[in-house]
Amino acid sequence: MEKSLELKLLDILSSNSRLTPEELSVMLGVDENEIRQTVDRLEKEKVICGYNTLIDWDKVHDDDVTAMVELRVTPQGGEGYDKLAEKISSFPQVDTLYLMSGAYDFLVTVRGRSIKEVSLFVSGKLAQIDEVQSTTTHFTLSKYKELGVLFKSKKTDERMLVSL
Amino acid sequence: MRNFLSEKVLNIKPSGIRRFFDLASTTEGVISLGVGEPDFDTPWHIREAGITALQQGKTFYTSNSGLPELKKAICSYTLRHTGVEYNPDNEVFVTVGGSEAIDLALRAVINPGDEIIYTDPSYVSYLPCIELADGVPVPIKLKNENRFKLTPDELENAITEKTKALILAFPNNPTGAIMTRDDLEALLPIILKHDLLVITDEIYSALTYGREKHTSISSLENMKERTIVINGFSKAFAMTGWRLGYAMGPKEIISQMIKIHQFAIMCAPTTSQYAAIEALNNGDKDVENMRDEYDRRRRYLYNELKEMGLSCFEPEGAFYMFPDIRQFGMTSEEFATKLLNEQKLAVVPGDAFGGSGEGFIRISYAYSVSELKEAVRRLNLFIASLK
Repeated sequence: MEKSLELKLLDILSSNSRLTPEELSVMLGVDENEIRQTVDRLEKEKVICGYNTLIDWDKVHDDDVTAMVELRVTPQGGEGYDKLAEKISSFPQVDTLYLMSGAYDFLVTVRGRSIKEVSLFVSGKLAQIDEVQSTTTHFTLSKYKELGVLFKSKKTDERMLVSL
Repeated sequence: MRNFLSEKVLNIKPSGIRRFFDLASTTEGVISLGVGEPDFDTPWHIREAGITALQQGKTFYTSNSGLPELKKAICSYTLRHTGVEYNPDNEVFVTVGGSEAIDLALRAVINPGDEIIYTDPSYVSYLPCIELADGVPVPIKLKNENRFKLTPDELENAITEKTKALILAFPNNPTGAIMTRDDLEALLPIILKHDLLVITDEIYSALTYGREKHTSISSLENMKERTIVINGFSKAFAMTGWRLGYAMGPKEIISQMIKIHQFAIMCAPTTSQYAAIEALNNGDKDVENMRDEYDRRRRYLYNELKEMGLSCFEPEGAFYMFPDIRQFGMTSEEFATKLLNEQKLAVVPGDAFGGSGEGFIRISYAYSVSELKEAVRRLNLFIASLK
């Protein structure tokens, strides 16, 4: 599939992963099989890494806590950040992990069922890693937008219902 | 006290859609496919340009014909997209939406009794504006079988010695039809033979799908000197509320249109003009993206309508579909009202756009795919219940 079409395909899928190959083939004007083959290839190449569902957990249970933790580290044994990142990523409580420029090195998003649980994870597991020099934990108070989707202020259609 | 109202105004038929609109807005849980404007917000950089203009205190009148920088940008944009070169000093001016430009064009050219031809079904404003200017509206009933294009025969048969001008509106509201270069060239001999003026409403020109780019009749041979091109920012740049459009044409006609504009309006909104400069200079990518998104929805919706068994020619412009509902044995209004009451889905009955629209409904796809999906689901249930 040509590059620009592939980009359009990825663009559509990134905001709506539930579109079927049939729907995608109609929308892009491309044969359904070509869509399937391209998606398969992109999955194998790890261009498409997953198809998660975006859930507002605050509406599901009262005790959902998210924290962003800044880690300052000194990587050991000439292994650089990658090995350390692998170690940190392996924890299921770690939702996202980024290597950052600026005043700290890693930004970790941690999810748990209470402030205590998250704090214990940070002090008991993350801070205990040899390479980790210091941690600074920020707790999320309100989620407004995630992955391009508005959580709180639902965008209402302000247009006149019928206009000619 | 006597009746102060003008006879002419009282005789103008009110928009047929009012009743239906009232019904739709008072029904609970309605999904409407009846809008005539984009669902996108004006791209951020364009809004910012408007905000900056306000912050800088640019709140005074501009020259009647519009900011010089804007007129230059319009001409440059037009050259880029239609290949026609207009002089920013005297062949273009900025209006309050394409709507004002249409009105001024008609007021500038009509002598009482002049016949003005337009295609039916059409955008609702042409007929009343022709009447308000003391012209005689002559609708040409277009056919579904011709994909709602205007054919040379249809045009020839509508012309009399009183015919002054032809209003062309492609890509079309409500049908979504386009006229290709070949389609337009076929009309040329007739237009030239009868020495007609063409007023071309190209407000949807940026939303043309399919292989060919939009062709403006002004770019064809011998046409520039007898064409008034009307365009604007509402649909392409999602700037409907900003109220900004423009007209281009021979300087003798444009100068007279500016004359009326100057007395009636003074100038188009200043903030909108500054935002428009930004739109023309840096907005091409945004238009491309929006157009691509509309195209996806168009294909999706057209496919769904086909699967439902609703007969509809494939529209190649604007963001409307005009399916044929004659097979169900109801009038457009009956169909639309029943659909609204039973499935809480609002579409616009085709006869709101003229006699030839009877038997059709207008569906707009200025909505996200997920909203269209839900609408399609409801429409499907409705159609199934009728069979």
